[in-house]
Amino acid sequence: MKYFRLIWKNAWRKKIRTLLTILSVFVAFLLFSLLSAIGFAFKGGVDVADAERLIIIDKISLINPIPMSYMNRIASTTGVASVTHASWFGGYYQDPRNQFGQFPVDPESYFDLYPEFNMPEEQLEAFKRNRIGAVVGQELAKQFGWEVGDRIPLQATIWTKADGGRTWEFELEGIFSTDDPRGATPFLLFQYDYFEEARAFGKGTVGWYILRVAKGADPVQVANAIDQQFANSPNETETSTEAAFSQSFAKQFGNIALIVSLVLGAVFFTLLLVSGNTMSQSVRERISELAVLKTLGFADRSVLGIVLSESILIMLIGGLLGLGVGWVLVQGVAQQMGAFLPGVFLSPGAMATAVGMMIAAGILAGIFPAVKAMRLSIIDALARA
Amino acid sequence: MTEPLARLESVSRIYQKGKEKVEVLHQLDLEIPQGDFIAIMGPSGSGKTTLLNLLGGLDKPTAGTVTVGGAELSAMSNSRLSRWRSTNVGFIFQFYNLLPVLTALRNVELPLLLTNFNSKERIKRASIALDIVGLADRAKHYPRELSGGQEQRVAIARAIVSDPSLLLCDEPTGDLDRDTADEILRLLQVLNKDHGKTIVMVTHDSQAAEYANRTLHCDKGTLEARQAA
Repeated sequence: MKYFRLIWKNAWRKKIRTLLTILSVFVAFLLFSLLSAIGFAFKGGVDVADAERLIIIDKISLINPIPMSYMNRIASTTGVASVTHASWFGGYYQDPRNQFGQFPVDPESYFDLYPEFNMPEEQLEAFKRNRIGAVVGQELAKQFGWEVGDRIPLQATIWTKADGGRTWEFELEGIFSTDDPRGATPFLLFQYDYFEEARAFGKGTVGWYILRVAKGADPVQVANAIDQQFANSPNETETSTEAAFSQSFAKQFGNIALIVSLVLGAVFFTLLLVSGNTMSQSVRERISELAVLKTLGFADRSVLGIVLSESILIMLIGGLLGLGVGWVLVQGVAQQMGAFLPGVFLSPGAMATAVGMMIAAGILAGIFPAVKAMRLSIIDALARA
Repeated sequence: MTEPLARLESVSRIYQKGKEKVEVLHQLDLEIPQGDFIAIMGPSGSGKTTLLNLLGGLDKPTAGTVTVGGAELSAMSNSRLSRWRSTNVGFIFQFYNLLPVLTALRNVELPLLLTNFNSKERIKRASIALDIVGLADRAKHYPRELSGGQEQRVAIARAIVSDPSLLLCDEPTGDLDRDTADEILRLLQVLNKDHGKTIVMVTHDSQAAEYANRTLHCDKGTLEARQAA
């Protein structure tokens, strides 16, 4: 801390140059925070996945339906504690831009499988009783201003009704939430029985099954046993953990993690060139001053530390500003895009990674000029001055 | 007889310039008593600055020994030399070499950053040093806001702030007009006579040398003594 004034003053020796460097660091970490938050949303399902929940889908594709008749056979498989199902509805509310997840489910078994969803008991009971009842996550309710008792018409894009209509009306019976900030709930659940009765086609099928493995049972063995049961049938199954399912679902949108990594890689490579050049210039300009410091008795390691600290300081100023502004923007994005992309969240882990990257980038950008300063020959430097 | 502050015994310094070896100092012997004020004169390339660098622990001899204040500098590692310089020797340069980003006070404080003094104590000592050189009222000024003579006074304050016994001055008046140079030289005389500092000053200026107790002439790597008039 004794050297802080010296480091601070040196960092601001050329104000415009330092400001421009800080700006480039700011932009890099702003991008980092936004992309991390979006990347987090895509893998959010993986992180909150329950290790004891397995997902069963059609072996060919997630969009292929599976017979409803599998339900009892899955439930009676050794190692299965409970089972439920869900399907993809794919409608919109009022405007085609208002798309979010809508799933016909069996209310009784579905909420047994997802105890992390919190909803008042009376609302759950009302949902179970009402054939055209629906429940929504609190993010969605907040976004559209829905309250219990509201009627919600959805326009179907896939599932036309048997009467040829495309409008499905629901009565909102409950609003659920989850305590885990990573597990957002911007979706709507409604009665499978109503869906099954009213749809024009696809009767007797579901989108996928979800099961809970019994205590002490091996999830891998249970998954194998289920897939073997339906081997060589018209609808072969693929059973995987919830995490693997979420991962494969996210990959439908492309390898988001890879795209994020590539973009960030390019940004940080450029950042290192810019800030490395700034530090090299800064050290070149004050060779004689560094020689004077060494003449006064500053050890080689102290000079190395002073130059490196200056580089890290510039990174931290720009980086923390970028991260701060990014955090504010992510809150806005999470509100605006919550329905399309739940779980947009700048996690503490991502923020800690960012701070680590600032320090690492500071060291990388400053190490060559710092070593040059450390190895500086006092006599040569003073003679040149 | 008292032990001299500095002693050079059979000191040679040879530099390698390409394939050629250049002997800047040749088997040089010198004793500098405590409290002395020596001027070293001589043509360019005669080895004056090299001698100063050896006395200040900035360079090591190719042969011979350099002892200052009982410490044999020629045998010390670079890190020990750094520590030794911070408390035992003060440097004054021709072009002042102040840090432009720091005020006069903060420039003077620099050597004290290497001590265990707290901030308050460092500022107090730096203020005293500035007062000694007559610049207490310029403490908050940056080097660019000072005249050449004032800058050199700040540099002198920086050199004495950690109370070293030896001051090494390399052409301290080389960049100043006559009147200002005389002011700086009188200040060095005060530091020598009133504060007991031992001063070794390299100069081309024979008038500057007259302020010293004695003048040594350096030529082709050897020294020749001439008593001041």
